[in-house]
Amino acid sequence: MTERLPAKDVVIVGLGWTGSIVANELADAGLQVMAIERGPWRDAAMSYAPNYAQDELRYRIRHELFLRPDQTTFTFRNKMSQTALPIRNWGAFMPPNGVGGGGVHWNGETWRFLPSDFVAASHLKQRYGAHFLPADMTIQDWGVTYEELEPHYDQFEYLCGTSGTAGNLKGEIREGGNPFEGPRSREYPNPAQEQPFSHTLFAKAARELGYKPFPQPSGNMSRAYRNPLGVRLGPCTYCGFCEWFGCANYSKSSPQTTVLPVLVRKSNFQARDNCEVTRINLDSSGKHAAGVTFVDSAGKEFEQPAELVILAAYTIFNVQLLMLSGIGQRYDPVANRGVIGRNFTHQTISDVGSFFDSARFVFNPFIASGAIGMCIDEFNGDNFDHGPHGFVGGGYMGQVQTNGRPIESTPVPPGTPSWGAQWKQAVRENYQSALKPGTGVHGSMYSYRDVYLDLDPTYCDRFQRPLVRITMDFHANELKQNVFLTDRFAEIFHAMGARQVVKEYRKAPYDITAYQTTHLCGGAIMGTDPSTSALNRYLQSWDVPNLFVMGASAFPQNAGYNPTGTVAALAYWSVAQIRSQYLKHPGPLVHA
Amino acid sequence: MPRSRPSTPAHSRFATAHIASPVRARSMTTSIATPLRALLLTGLLGVLACAPPGIANETGAQDFQQIERGRYLAAAADCSGCHTDPQGGRPYAGGRPIQTPFGRVLAANITPDRDTGIGAWSDAEFDAAVRGGKMPGGSRLYPAMPYPYYARMNKEDVQALRAYLNTLAPVRHEVHSNQLPFPFNIRASMRVWDALYFKPGVYQPDSRKSPSWNRGAYLVTGPGHCGACHTPKTPLGADVIGRPLQGYSIQGWFAPDITNDSRRGLGDWSPQDIVEYLKNGHNRFAGAAGPMGDEVANGSSHLSDADLLAMAEYLKDQRSQASQVPSVSVRDPAMVAGGAIYQDLCSACHRGDGRGIPYLIPDLAGSASVASDQPTSIVRVVLNGAKTVATQDEPTGPAMPSFKWQLSDAQVAAVTTYVRNSWGHAAQPTTARAVRKARKQLDVSVRQ
Repeated sequence: MTERLPAKDVVIVGLGWTGSIVANELADAGLQVMAIERGPWRDAAMSYAPNYAQDELRYRIRHELFLRPDQTTFTFRNKMSQTALPIRNWGAFMPPNGVGGGGVHWNGETWRFLPSDFVAASHLKQRYGAHFLPADMTIQDWGVTYEELEPHYDQFEYLCGTSGTAGNLKGEIREGGNPFEGPRSREYPNPAQEQPFSHTLFAKAARELGYKPFPQPSGNMSRAYRNPLGVRLGPCTYCGFCEWFGCANYSKSSPQTTVLPVLVRKSNFQARDNCEVTRINLDSSGKHAAGVTFVDSAGKEFEQPAELVILAAYTIFNVQLLMLSGIGQRYDPVANRGVIGRNFTHQTISDVGSFFDSARFVFNPFIASGAIGMCIDEFNGDNFDHGPHGFVGGGYMGQVQTNGRPIESTPVPPGTPSWGAQWKQAVRENYQSALKPGTGVHGSMYSYRDVYLDLDPTYCDRFQRPLVRITMDFHANELKQNVFLTDRFAEIFHAMGARQVVKEYRKAPYDITAYQTTHLCGGAIMGTDPSTSALNRYLQSWDVPNLFVMGASAFPQNAGYNPTGTVAALAYWSVAQIRSQYLKHPGPLVHA
Repeated sequence: MPRSRPSTPAHSRFATAHIASPVRARSMTTSIATPLRALLLTGLLGVLACAPPGIANETGAQDFQQIERGRYLAAAADCSGCHTDPQGGRPYAGGRPIQTPFGRVLAANITPDRDTGIGAWSDAEFDAAVRGGKMPGGSRLYPAMPYPYYARMNKEDVQALRAYLNTLAPVRHEVHSNQLPFPFNIRASMRVWDALYFKPGVYQPDSRKSPSWNRGAYLVTGPGHCGACHTPKTPLGADVIGRPLQGYSIQGWFAPDITNDSRRGLGDWSPQDIVEYLKNGHNRFAGAAGPMGDEVANGSSHLSDADLLAMAEYLKDQRSQASQVPSVSVRDPAMVAGGAIYQDLCSACHRGDGRGIPYLIPDLAGSASVASDQPTSIVRVVLNGAKTVATQDEPTGPAMPSFKWQLSDAQVAAVTTYVRNSWGHAAQPTTARAVRKARKQLDVSVRQ
């Protein structure tokens, strides 16, 4: 028996970064806001106190903060010709769960996309000709420009206290920053972090090779900070237990440390944790959302009516809810029709390990934070001429070594036995003088016709709802891109004076067991044409105008950067439009 | 070193003053307090309005200004801090357990419910309770209800409080306040206590001091009842004469010395620091936690800046008789061990120099309260952690984790000894035995 609850003005599915940002903005607009989160409530000090949070076994190896696959999971296959099977242990990506979402366990790498990324399709076709792109590549323009998003990037960076050095201030290129970035209206709210020794050496070598290295924009505070909402953060202590872990030192930007303290004080905001939304309910016309249905931890079903529905449940869960609720036409890869599930992407990651003379190099890799790094952007986006190389896309690369944690940090030269006395000796000899950045080459993944999401025909969750099926493999374009980038990256470690450099190219097939960031994108993309996108440029559903879908599910393809900055900028952009236009005149904001 | 009782200490005159006659008291109150009253209302409403002194026993249900004033005073007196049960209780409906050294009492239901609240009381009976400790029918209140302090309030203020309480939703909630064990549960014994220790009488302004100092004194010694926690008590629970506001161990915390003493009290705090702490719960040195966090949230955060500044002015003019204590030598094994523990577990937040992060992580080096006579607070915070209050202007509410699962009694003793004797502080070393006792008491109180 479903219990119908009193109506709210807006119901938000998921209380992660975008859920928290949108909830705060709409509560300020005077709306009665209800947020529903599948996972537990998380408070920094109570949930991951800094005297026990630095536990690698518990959090990194045993995934304590993440979604448990036995609550829900996805099925996976590389090719359409294969049968997908359930993922029973996360590997390639780590879906979040709980209040704060991925914002609790992320590194804090807070990038902006390039201006050209938002018009990738038209830009690349104009520069290289349409024939230069693979026939089955389905990249699209976003429908929004970098200039339109700039104030919202700025808004997120000041919310977070992002530490960095501006490279382009209102068109003026600044020494020490990223010369390729789009123009920003003002400096970062905090100066860049202090960089550890190996990062500084990397930058020096990069400069000698003619590149322009710069500090990675970081959500780890370089100093104490008070954000515009009045919430305070403290300086990062370089503990090296950042990504995969929660920070209750108040040093990492997260919903808990930037926005939830003011949000929970608002009497018009309510949240339910440990409640899973199973469906977005539509009225009889099928064009208007009436609210959502959710199930609490006792298994009881509720209906939460609302005038406005915000879907902020993370990429794949957004797509799943749209499919299960009958919103939008599902993508059919054979017929090449439909939009829900289309243009699904991840990231093209590779790494370079290097070994140095231990008598001359002592790197202390344990002095680190999640977003520390010295990077170069010469090979990102369309920052270089792709003509001679036969691929498109690119990524930043950097000495981004975020930890020296004991279980994971056992770099040994190739040929070392993988266990036993010799292995132990090699670990001992190399720990202080070997380098292994986390995601050293952080390349784009463009979208393809046969990389998509749909519903699995066999496997269901505990509510008998079909699981999402991921069909994903690498294409030649990305593999070529990765060889080129990895080779350039390795050159810098040679220039640093490494005794031995070991390249680890990204290889096909796409390996669901090897961690490659949690930057899953697409499936409910934004655009200007309802036949090739699920959302308009304000993230409003073309089909159901009182539904807005936040998150990287909106990305038509993924760029060569971490997505969170762009995810949050889009959320601010969307909710600004909701406040200024939609609430006054509910209905479609764009007429296609 | 024995402390001699001063004969007529200026600062205690107001705490122990006898009023010669009620008539004289009234005229004194009227003639001197009129500018004070103007200050009161100006501070509140920006409007000059004087309730004529002749209205003795009437609270007007229509008297908006009186009700507003009563609401403000209810915050200043922090009535809901005791009378609202934080475990889902309705406002002012009582039931909250109040721990006293003699056992537990439950705060009464002071909503206007006629049967289970105070709706049937006359205004005079209300006044007799708040300022005299007497209930209708003559039985006595226990000083868990701080009537010895509220006795300093003038009649009009108590009337205003009544007017405000009359506007609350009546809640039917039967509360049996007296939960004390024998023989303390004999209320009649309070007659003896009152005869020995209770000194009724409205606050008498000191004409040598400024109006704002007097306003601060009124708030601190009257409705604020700061001494209820911050003044040392005799074994029978009365204020130790001559040591007002010089610190007391209560409810598992040590309410520190809040005189202007530089070694134990507020000597290093500016008036603005005090105002920020009382209003926002945080200043560059410290964050309010535990019962003081509740006080800020329910009470002082609702007071005007002018009133908070007045209280700061008064407090900064108070002296302490705290005696000198030699600091523990850095070579003492407890200091060496404590320093190592501090480096490993504490310095990441509090920094090696003890300075913390202003408004986020308390400044141990700069906080005299760290070196209080008793280590109750610091031991408690190390064992159980602490959550500071979140307020409008300071919403972060940072918390310190609990270390009790990680540190032995000897280790807690060592690290607290180290903190209390570093960076210019000097205090008695903490014993492992005291930590063991605190650990037991804290576990018990958490289970309650």
